[in-house]
Amino acid sequence: MASTDTPAVKDGNDLAGLEAGLDALETVQTSRTPFRTTFTQKIVPPVTAVVLVLLVWQALVSFNIVDDPSKLPSPGDVWGEVEDAWLQGTLLDYIWTSVSRGLLGFLMALAIGTPLGLLVARVRFVRAAIGPILSGLQSLPSVAWVPPAVIWLGLNNSMMYAVILLGAVPSIANGLVSGVDQVPPLFLRAGRTMGATGLRGTWHIVMPAALPGYLAGLKQGWAFSWRSLMAAEIIASSPELGVGLGQLLENGRNTSSMSMVFLAILLILVVGIAIDLLIFSPLERRVLRSRGLLVKS
Amino acid sequence: MATALAKAADAGTSVEYSARIEHVSKSFAGPAGQQLVLDDITLDVAPGEFVTLLGASGCGKSTLLNLVAGLDRPTAGDITTDGRPALMFQEHALFPWLTAGKNIELALKLRGTPKAERRGRAEELLALVRLQGAYGKRVHELSGGMRQRVALARALAQDSRLLLMDEPFAALDAITRDVLHDELTRIWRETGLSVLFVTHNVREAVRLAERVVLLSSRPGRVAREWRVDIPQPRRIEDAAVAELSREITEELRGEIRRHGQH
Repeated sequence: MASTDTPAVKDGNDLAGLEAGLDALETVQTSRTPFRTTFTQKIVPPVTAVVLVLLVWQALVSFNIVDDPSKLPSPGDVWGEVEDAWLQGTLLDYIWTSVSRGLLGFLMALAIGTPLGLLVARVRFVRAAIGPILSGLQSLPSVAWVPPAVIWLGLNNSMMYAVILLGAVPSIANGLVSGVDQVPPLFLRAGRTMGATGLRGTWHIVMPAALPGYLAGLKQGWAFSWRSLMAAEIIASSPELGVGLGQLLENGRNTSSMSMVFLAILLILVVGIAIDLLIFSPLERRVLRSRGLLVKS
Repeated sequence: MATALAKAADAGTSVEYSARIEHVSKSFAGPAGQQLVLDDITLDVAPGEFVTLLGASGCGKSTLLNLVAGLDRPTAGDITTDGRPALMFQEHALFPWLTAGKNIELALKLRGTPKAERRGRAEELLALVRLQGAYGKRVHELSGGMRQRVALARALAQDSRLLLMDEPFAALDAITRDVLHDELTRIWRETGLSVLFVTHNVREAVRLAERVVLLSSRPGRVAREWRVDIPQPRRIEDAAVAELSREITEELRGEIRRHGQH
């Protein structure tokens, strides 16, 4: 065979060049979507929808299709309510009372739901014991917890947090469990051959691999926290609790002020959407994009 | 009976083998009772040796590799390795939440490399597989061939004396596979690693190995062995490679034919 030194060296250079060529040919170029496209595809449609709803609403009032203001206030009346609350300085108080409760409750649910989910996902006995109950609890409307929570804890903030926890912990734990279940076995095997077993395996392989499912659980957990809190605030109003959005809604009903009821409903909706848009969606998109899982449509 | 992974490492530095597989059998519970997958396999891999395990479907070659990797235990027999072997899969198995460089650094970290040295070592390993500049790349930004090279770099980061490879190039296109054969031969010669390489591709086995071990199927047994004396660097289209491949293919076909006879 003619394998002297010179051809071998030449061979090596050839190989490097060949490889560089293959790499260049096979690498996919990705570019960011221009803002114009984002604007026309992501921003214009929802704005159009909101404007349409407002137009229909205004039309219902203007053309006297619904002519009882105690049933349907005009958009202007509700806006007047917003202005009043803003000028009295109470608008942000309403929002902050509920949002601070909701976020604190959510953080507590996070602290409890995460280890619980990991235990259920990783320990077979625990999964068999409480796994079905945990997923069953997800379908129990959390408003059902309000009466017992009031009896156990009284009309105070602890009772609100208890209701939030009972609503959100199962979602967060279940999200983590399904995230862990979807971790490809290949990653676990690869991790084990690298020496990532036990807690190290959980920290370096299982948790990051389960992150997308976990985030989906967190998102749902927030939705459940917010819903549970509103249920608790509507049912359990007491002067010591301060006025949150739920109480605002209940006050509107008690004083037969339909525009206040609408204001409360809109604020509850807006806050729920805002938290999702400002916190969870960017987080989720970032995680998915970094893994190449966000497919451009 | 138990897999003694650390035995050789404890015994001292002078080992005459990288992996020693002694009378290993493995059976799994199947629909028709216990099913024997591997039957009395005995095989040594010498330090620095490149061995390919060749066989048709059902010969249990991946099962054997899992046993050597310590991912599973043999039903009977002993497997001793010189330290914990590194394992490379057909799929790249890179973690998508880490960059190419961080994948390698994770292997270094789990092995106990001090934090200060990890970055430099990862860059060195990327240079070894000729992927300088890929440190910050995400897995989905790399081509199939590049992913397998990062996976190889990550396996090398474990600093094992033995590298186990489970059909690592089977999913690649022919041109890329050819290049990676050259690359693997070069790296094997530079590092002096022992390699146990599983494949069902006869030419690939002959192209790479110093020794080709043919396994029979259901259950897997060592059917025959060939020493490959063709000097490296070889090419897959070399006449000598083709000639030996023809001989081995005949034998392999004979093994497969036996299963159709009853």
